[in-house]
Amino acid sequence: MSRHTLSVLVENKSGVLARVSALFSRRGFNIESLAVGPTENPDLSRMTIVVDAESQPLEQITKQLNKLVEIIKIVELDGGAAVQRELLLVKVRAPMAERTQVLQTAELFRARVVDVNPDTVTLEATGTPDKLQALLAVLAPLGIKEIAQSGTVALGRGPRAMSGAGTLRPVERTA
Amino acid sequence: MTSTPHEAPGSEAATREAAAALTGVETTARSVAEAAAQPAAGITGAQSLVRSLEAVGVDVVFGIPGGAILPAYDPLFDSHVRHVLVRHEQGAGHAATGYAQATGRVGVCMATSGPGATNLVTPLADAYMDSVPVVAITGQVPSAAIGTDAFQEADIRGITMPITKHNFLVTHAEEIPQRIAEAFHLAATGRPGPVLVDIPKDVLQATTDFAWPPRLDLPGYKPTTRPHGKQVREAAGLIAGARRPVLYVGGGVLKARATEELAALAALTGAPVVTTLMARGAFPDSSPQHLGMPGMHGTVAAVTALQKADLIVALGARFDDRVTGQLSSFAPEALVVHADIDPAEIGKNRKADVPIVGDAKETIAQLVEALRAEHEAGRTPDLTAWWAQLDDWRRRYPLGYDWPEDGTLSPQYVIERLGAIAGPDAIYTSGVGQHQMWAAQFIAYEKPGTWLNSGGLGTMGYAVPAAMGAKYGCPETTVWAIDGDGCFQMTNQELATCAIEGIPVKVAVINNGNLGMVRQWQTLFYEGRYSNTRLHARNADGTPKPVRIPDFVALAEALGCVGLRCETKEEVDAVIQKAMEIDDAPVVIDFVVGADAQVWPMVAAGASNDDILAARDLRPVFGDGQV
Repeated sequence: MSRHTLSVLVENKSGVLARVSALFSRRGFNIESLAVGPTENPDLSRMTIVVDAESQPLEQITKQLNKLVEIIKIVELDGGAAVQRELLLVKVRAPMAERTQVLQTAELFRARVVDVNPDTVTLEATGTPDKLQALLAVLAPLGIKEIAQSGTVALGRGPRAMSGAGTLRPVERTA
Repeated sequence: MTSTPHEAPGSEAATREAAAALTGVETTARSVAEAAAQPAAGITGAQSLVRSLEAVGVDVVFGIPGGAILPAYDPLFDSHVRHVLVRHEQGAGHAATGYAQATGRVGVCMATSGPGATNLVTPLADAYMDSVPVVAITGQVPSAAIGTDAFQEADIRGITMPITKHNFLVTHAEEIPQRIAEAFHLAATGRPGPVLVDIPKDVLQATTDFAWPPRLDLPGYKPTTRPHGKQVREAAGLIAGARRPVLYVGGGVLKARATEELAALAALTGAPVVTTLMARGAFPDSSPQHLGMPGMHGTVAAVTALQKADLIVALGARFDDRVTGQLSSFAPEALVVHADIDPAEIGKNRKADVPIVGDAKETIAQLVEALRAEHEAGRTPDLTAWWAQLDDWRRRYPLGYDWPEDGTLSPQYVIERLGAIAGPDAIYTSGVGQHQMWAAQFIAYEKPGTWLNSGGLGTMGYAVPAAMGAKYGCPETTVWAIDGDGCFQMTNQELATCAIEGIPVKVAVINNGNLGMVRQWQTLFYEGRYSNTRLHARNADGTPKPVRIPDFVALAEALGCVGLRCETKEEVDAVIQKAMEIDDAPVVIDFVVGADAQVWPMVAAGASNDDILAARDLRPVFGDGQV
């Protein structure tokens, strides 16, 4: 299996997320993560979908997505040519004796402390999925109480955008 | 934004043309559509809905009223749009499908919220699988009640998302004309399919203005209809060089009304043609180039031609599992040209060597031109050896059937005679099962739109309501529903609709007292253990009781139809003739046939097409003297 990141511009209408997620489930495609948010255009939302699929099933996924009437455009953002980030909030056990170690780890990963109390510290970190995994691996021995992690969001590198002048090439509509 | 919403044409003439183009409705309905397209202020949402249906050129709606949709039925009462009051919403949905398949126009059905809407689920799924243009309009509970588990509330938009091409929940009365226009546009264009428009009761009751044509706002909807010239030329090159080509014709050719183009392509290539269950009638059965139907119950020649081909030209077909059998061993030596309007079908099941996305009519027409150029350049293949092989298979393994040894009536004979007497001008619908396969095998189809059935979903109970819709759309044409006794008991209530509304369909119930196809599988794969497939009354030891439950003749009469019965070979022609003579009422013939007749040839589920059996225990010898 291999990971692919699809950036999908959709009409900003109710029910679009349900259509996309239902399509994945009924056609047996695996979603690794999905993030939805507004775009520079209030009529459009962007879904960043990370899928685990070989190239042939991936083609079928994008073709089926393209058939959804409310999907405007799909671009595959591959690793090197795109910036990919996830957001992680992690609540770590941090009694006074071990607090320094937690804070040093946070600093190493450029994580920020966003909540403190006598027993725990909550850190906020952004980065690639790999970086966040590494952070979690270091924190794990200290005692992770809870994590909340976003899906991947991504933008292509360089001056081109998905919409407007000099747009990125969409995943082929035709075979 | 990567595209601008496309505008519906602005002028009045263009409006009429657009309405006619969307629905295929000809001149008579045009004046109605024109009148309806006049703007109106201060009308209700319900009036706006009916005006929209008129403007888009609808001539009939199949449906049942109820609480939430009730406001729409008031202006419908005064409309030129005729409403056929069915007895079950499933009947409305299949009638809309039958109407659409027979006429090529968009079929329309209407139901109330909750159970009315959920009863449309089966026919919508059916239309989705078979790519039939249908628009369903459902009432919804008032906006304020949505999400409260209100009386007769069901999230029909959510429920039908995976079984419609698209669906809408209308939130403001002002949107109604636009949503209706969009629904018809989506249903009829590209790969056709069902579209559902859900309208809350308060939206139908609100005051609004009406203007036509509305602006369509579908920025993400851009079906590719023009094929890529390079791909077409590449395909023509392959055809010109193939020694064992087959034209594999699917329902898309009928949807695109491309049968003339197909005839030209077949003539030019001289290649064998196979027509799938969804494409029967797309190419005349009388043509010597036609090998018949491929697939699980296809002819030995059609199945084997695909299997041994060096080039398959798939036109509006989707390599369904019922055609390919075990996919990994399907047509191992064939290159594939796959032409379809839906890019997602290409490469879905079978890798395409030359993919062509486009409308079948345009694609085949261009293919003919490109192939002509190949021929003019001196590249004309010699198919003599291929035809010698095909003719040999055809001669040795023709379609056929044995008379039941117990002296009962042969169901295949009944269907064969029905096809011969009613002829190629009649429309035939069928349910799902053995009778469906026999009707696909033993009736000679010569014309498009004369064979309507539930191919993809396999919906038992399709035949009677689909025949009703087809007969409504083609009142001058004889319409026969060929049904099994199992299927018939699922939807025969619509015969009351037919009797009362003056829709004289004819029904041939192929009554073997069993769920015949399931019984056949039990015979072949479950050691004859007939678990729950016997529909007839029986004694404790399982032997049939000499009582008819139901008595289909009495049932037919109770539903306002003429009921006839036939139990012997000698009566068959006469009873069909008698039914043909009755034109003022629906007719039902109860053909009491043997229970043990089987559908052959057969490729067992999941087996390779190489392992087709021409008849029980008869494995064809293909003599692999490859051409």
